[in-house]
Amino acid sequence: MWWTRLKALIVKELLAVLRDPRGRVILIVPPILQLLVFSYAATLEVKNVDIMVLNRDSGAWSNELIHRIDGAPTFRHILRAQHPEAVRDAIDMQQVIAAVQIGPTFSRDIEAGQPADIQIILDGRRSNASQIVAGYLNQIVMGLSADTPGGRRMAPAVVSVVARNWFNPNLIFQWFMVPNLVASIALLIGLIVTALSIARERELGTFDQLIVSPLRTHEILLGKLIPPMMIGLFHITIYILAAVYIFHVPLRGSLLLLYGGAVFYLAAVVGLGLFISAMSMTQQQAILGAFLFMVPAMLLSGFATPIENMPSWLQPVTLVNPLRYFLIIVKGVFLRDLPLSEVMANTLPLALIALCTLSAAAWLFRRRLE
Amino acid sequence: MSDPAFTRPEHRDRIRRFAALVRKETYQVIRDPSSILIAIVLPLLLLFLFGYGVSLDATRTRIGLVVESATSVTQDLAASFQASRYFEVVNGRDRREFEEDLLVGRVRGILVIPATFAADFAAARAPKIQVIVDGSDPNTASFVQNYAQGVVATWAALRAAETSARAPTIAVEQRFWFNPELTSRNFLVPGSIAIVMTLVGTLLTSLVVAREWERGTMEAIMATPVTAGELLAGKILPYFILGLASMSLCVLLAVVLFGVPFRGSILALYALSAAFLVPALGQGLLISAATKNQFLASQLALISAFLPAFLLSGFLFEINSMPTVIQWVTVIVPARYLIPSLQTVFLAGDVWPMFGEAIAVMLLIGAIFFIVAWRNTRKRIA
Repeated sequence: MWWTRLKALIVKELLAVLRDPRGRVILIVPPILQLLVFSYAATLEVKNVDIMVLNRDSGAWSNELIHRIDGAPTFRHILRAQHPEAVRDAIDMQQVIAAVQIGPTFSRDIEAGQPADIQIILDGRRSNASQIVAGYLNQIVMGLSADTPGGRRMAPAVVSVVARNWFNPNLIFQWFMVPNLVASIALLIGLIVTALSIARERELGTFDQLIVSPLRTHEILLGKLIPPMMIGLFHITIYILAAVYIFHVPLRGSLLLLYGGAVFYLAAVVGLGLFISAMSMTQQQAILGAFLFMVPAMLLSGFATPIENMPSWLQPVTLVNPLRYFLIIVKGVFLRDLPLSEVMANTLPLALIALCTLSAAAWLFRRRLE
Repeated sequence: MSDPAFTRPEHRDRIRRFAALVRKETYQVIRDPSSILIAIVLPLLLLFLFGYGVSLDATRTRIGLVVESATSVTQDLAASFQASRYFEVVNGRDRREFEEDLLVGRVRGILVIPATFAADFAAARAPKIQVIVDGSDPNTASFVQNYAQGVVATWAALRAAETSARAPTIAVEQRFWFNPELTSRNFLVPGSIAIVMTLVGTLLTSLVVAREWERGTMEAIMATPVTAGELLAGKILPYFILGLASMSLCVLLAVVLFGVPFRGSILALYALSAAFLVPALGQGLLISAATKNQFLASQLALISAFLPAFLLSGFLFEINSMPTVIQWVTVIVPARYLIPSLQTVFLAGDVWPMFGEAIAVMLLIGAIFFIVAWRNTRKRIA
């Protein structure tokens, strides 16, 4: 009996979202487009940048240096400057990200076995990219330095650092980005779909009809909870397929654990959405409320920057963020075959968040009933 | 009112109609708490998050340090790592102690000084150190690699200076203009102001106008003698002012609270912001006219305005590094032109040739959005 009622409500909820053909399109096309565009666009590598060279030296070593910079894949064009003003203008206008200045005695100093130096000017407005460019340039100069007569003599004494990257040996950025996007886009869609569900009924006046129907409060809540979770699981499935077959991200862990985590994650997200929805009086308030939660949730999840880099007073705030836990699960299951105990340790907080938000939403409903 | 054109009855009517529309929209903005939420609370929140929460600066990263055999040389090198302000070091004797920590993310890397290091170093037999990093986060991985290399190079140079066997090498002197301390806040906060204006201009506007379409009040206004052009202009004027107001609030906080330098002129700041609001508002109107539904409008605004402003504008990720097809897409993202200019106004000063170009492109994109939105609205009337 109660199952028939619940099923009717679930069907109604799914219809409310999927009946409109434009609504169907917006639930399916953009999330996939986003996954494709953003996983290629969001890279912290630096490639194809232009650089300026002001060379006052006429010897062979400066030419060799410029030749090596030209050969590096990071740099697209090398602009030649004749005087320092040209450097200033090019940096001011952001035509180049960095300028290398080579002094008149550069080659002479190297041949004489004396310390030679060069100067690099970088655009601090893009300090992240320019630091990476500085790193590349330093590597090129170090390589050149090792090939000078003085450098060759010293070679055996140089301490080298051999790096090995676990889980992602070639540091492919998409292997990092795609699992992150799987979790974030699911939050984006799940939250908005749910946040609107009660607010829309309130605005249209159908919420009162729902209340006078034979459905009990917990049944209404379940009926509102299950359809968005179904939509969310559908999305996550598509993303996992895309991650494996389009981006070739290795899936090293257990798919079962991933889905187990996903169910609790979606319950937490939908719980939050219902809570926001129960609080708002209009659709507009619900959308903005969802947004108000979503932006900090994305920024404080460990996606863009590690949580341990945040100020210590801000770190506890991230404990109530479902994205934080699911990110660990998705990245862990995909790349490093995260053990069951770790998945459980991150699923438990998700279950707690779901429990709290759903009870709060139920309480808000009931208060509305009285 | 000496100008005869203004005394002609149709002109007087037109001005009165327009004033009434603007007044209605203004009341709507002031009455609805959600506009205040998006124009004041959200900007404050974003600024706060970018000021405190998101930092791309080098901070202390936890690593496991394995010294396989303790000699004076290896202890000395280990001490350099312990003293580094970039690493928080956990000591160990065997790399297996840290393998599980690396798997679950308790440490970001393992640094191994092998048992043979001291002997190789003394005999100048190409001594090696191994770094094992967690590649599932490539940024942190390369960060740990680079800084480990830096610590080793500095240590080796110091040792060489003591034994005076230092060979002359090429020294690199690097200078970062405009932001010498490399504070990421200094470019994140100006960038987030562009995001705030995108929210007010596109998300809020598209929601409000879509609601009118949904409720049918748009048709009611259309039944009046107001033309489509007047209607659109009346709709956007209050949001234009709201956008500039929330930008001003952000700039004030950026300078006073976060100490971001402001080296350009107020004129450049307002000229750029006003020019940016044209495409932002145009996009909002276009979205609402095309969807006429709040759910669809909010989704489209998120996907076509908010996320591109974040990810395809050069705010966090370099446009040059993106695949060519995506670089083409960024050409129509208005925030792409605003963000470098805003960062310049804050950190470098007025570079008018750059601003002029940005303003021209933003106005052009805005004009296209407005024409399409206007045609869409007019079609409904006919």
